[in-house]
Amino acid sequence: MVNDVVVIAEHAGGALTDTTFELLGKARQLADDWGGQAIAVLVGDAALATQLGAAGLVVTVDGPGFVEYTSDSYLDAVMAAIGDRAPRLVMLSTTTAGLDLAGAMSVRWDAPLVSSVVAVVAEGDAVVATSQIYGGKIMAECVITADRALVAVIAGSFPSGAGHRDGAPDVEALVPSAQGAARVVFRSRAEPAAGDVDITAVDVLVAVGRGIGSKDDIELVQEFAEAIGAPVAASRPVVDAGWLPKTRQVGKSGLKVKPRAYIMFGISGAPEHLEGMRDAELIIACNTDAKAPIFDVAHYGTTVDLFDLLPELTEKAGG
Amino acid sequence: MRIVVILKQVPDLVEEFEVNQDGSDIDREYLTLLLNEFDNHALEEALLIKDATGAGVDVVGLDDSGIDQSLYSALAKGADRAIKLTGLDTSSGWVDTHARAAMFAGWLRGETFDLVLTGVQAADDLDGQLAPILGSMLDLAQVSVVVGVHVADVHVADGVSAEQEFAGGVVATLAVTTPAVIGVQAARQPPRYVPIAKIRQVQQAGGIEQVAIAAPSVGAGLAVRRMYSPEQTSHAEMLTGSDAEVAEKMIELIRSRGLLK
Ligand SMILES: Cc1cc2nc3c(=O)[nH]c(=O)nc-3n(C[C@H](O)[C@H](O)[C@H](O)COP(=O)(O)OP(=O)(O)OC[C@H]3O[C@@H](n4cnc5c(N)ncnc54)[C@H](O)[C@@H]3O)c2cc1C
Ligand SMILES: Nc1ncnc2c1ncn2[C@@H]1O[C@H](COP(=O)(O)O)[C@@H](O)[C@H]1O
Repeated sequence: MVNDVVVIAEHAGGALTDTTFELLGKARQLADDWGGQAIAVLVGDAALATQLGAAGLVVTVDGPGFVEYTSDSYLDAVMAAIGDRAPRLVMLSTTTAGLDLAGAMSVRWDAPLVSSVVAVVAEGDAVVATSQIYGGKIMAECVITADRALVAVIAGSFPSGAGHRDGAPDVEALVPSAQGAARVVFRSRAEPAAGDVDITAVDVLVAVGRGIGSKDDIELVQEFAEAIGAPVAASRPVVDAGWLPKTRQVGKSGLKVKPRAYIMFGISGAPEHLEGMRDAELIIACNTDAKAPIFDVAHYGTTVDLFDLLPELTEKAGG
Repeated sequence: MRIVVILKQVPDLVEEFEVNQDGSDIDREYLTLLLNEFDNHALEEALLIKDATGAGVDVVGLDDSGIDQSLYSALAKGADRAIKLTGLDTSSGWVDTHARAAMFAGWLRGETFDLVLTGVQAADDLDGQLAPILGSMLDLAQVSVVVGVHVADVHVADGVSAEQEFAGGVVATLAVTTPAVIGVQAARQPPRYVPIAKIRQVQQAGGIEQVAIAAPSVGAGLAVRRMYSPEQTSHAEMLTGSDAEVAEKMIELIRSRGLLK
């Protein structure tokens, strides 16, 4: 068995992403334990290979077809990079590209996949991966006995420090074979429009989730936020329902915020939301469900109904 | 154009989750099942395309308990056909995504279609998400985390244009050759509502077609050794008292840090 661990590196805007280093640190540790090496697969922007010092080897695939990420050509590229290397484990993140690639690779490479992973350990010859499912309410410990496997890891599960190492990894530049017509072609990219307020730049944020139940009741939150001079942020469902603009969304596909206080109402604490706010200095959560995952992250919490609490808060803040 | 939307029911996340006796699955006895919210967005996106172009929209689900309700509700919203695939025993609990995907692939191989839309993920996706797995099984183009699908786009001769969302709300517009499988994160607009009365009406008329598919031999290739509720390494300090007292304590927390304007 080859005991190498492959990391699918990601980059955006000309820089490697944090999750790439999180994975690489873990890959290095597992590979060291197994007596294999950590291999980074870098598609597009081969110049970034020099920053992947924690890897023993970087396999790059670059060229005109790889300037922009697309699921189709990147899938071909990572499969070519793995080739007949037969690594023990391939690691991706549950980013957009990771969601595209992990399931597809699992079929093409005929290897089991564990998704939404927060922990990976080696147990003898087996890999044990722990997945966080049901919105963070249940952990599932999965034993993979196959001789190869994939994991898609939730951002923030491993420290990125160990992935940042100086070093001069070997680089193997793979020349992609002539491709047929790509089935997915990049056309353009749009940054989100700037909003009326920049929720990443304030000291205090009041955040509202699906627990508010209706657009009309957002006003209750707005009144309190106004009383303490803070803007209102939201979880994704509130934005998808059209109750607040996209510029107010916190989380994986929204904005990352780090206010001095984040006061939240009716938000369960799904991993995708936590990704955007867990570093706030003070987190206070109101949620009627005492078992909501948000209470593992918040500093203070209450299970009082938000509809009872908000009017009291507004009154007290004003007085 | 024919669009197939894949629907699945998942437990309502607001409920209390317990693990069964041998720790192999959640205890499903008292759980309420709901249509996966992302599947609901996939259906909405398909119906928006139908509204604009007259495309046909078929909804399909596995024979899970409660799926009829989601299929009837989709018909009431405007789907043309509802199909239920039988042959995979889903009664004993969680069924992995690879086995589910193989069922849909088994059916789709005999069908003509342009697009398969499904939710970007489901809360019980332990072994990966349906869209990329299914897309790969069928060897079709597949794109996940999509927030808009447009047909008859002048830029795309032989396909559709899809908007794929990245971290921070960055959106890439892609030309996607059809047939394709797309994982929908959010429809262009909030999913439509349909009055219960209308769903009842559709239900009375019946109309769910059943198709038997040979149960696949593939599975996730992994074993769940243990499920458990997350150990709380840290827990919020809970504020107690009357509503007014809790409010007072919260205000004090903010005030004491000099953050009250
Ligand atoms: C690729 C991808 C990207 C995503 N990106 C993001 C993102 O950027 N940001 C994001 O937020 N989500 C994101 N999500 C969605 C995420 O998975 C969750 O669905 C979402 O965070 C849940 O939002 P919520 O907590 O508001 O709703 P729910 O999970 O429905 O929680 C509502 C909560 O309100 C509580 N509640 C109900 N009534 C009351 C009451 N009267 N008083 C007090 N509490 C009450 C309930 O107990 C419940 O815990 C993403 C998902 C995917 C697949
Ligand atoms: N802000 C961004 N968010 C997500 N993906 C991006 C972003 N910027 C660039 N990309 C993608 O990352 C890859 C490399 O981009 P770049 O490093 O800017 O050349 C390309 O595939 C782009 O499509």
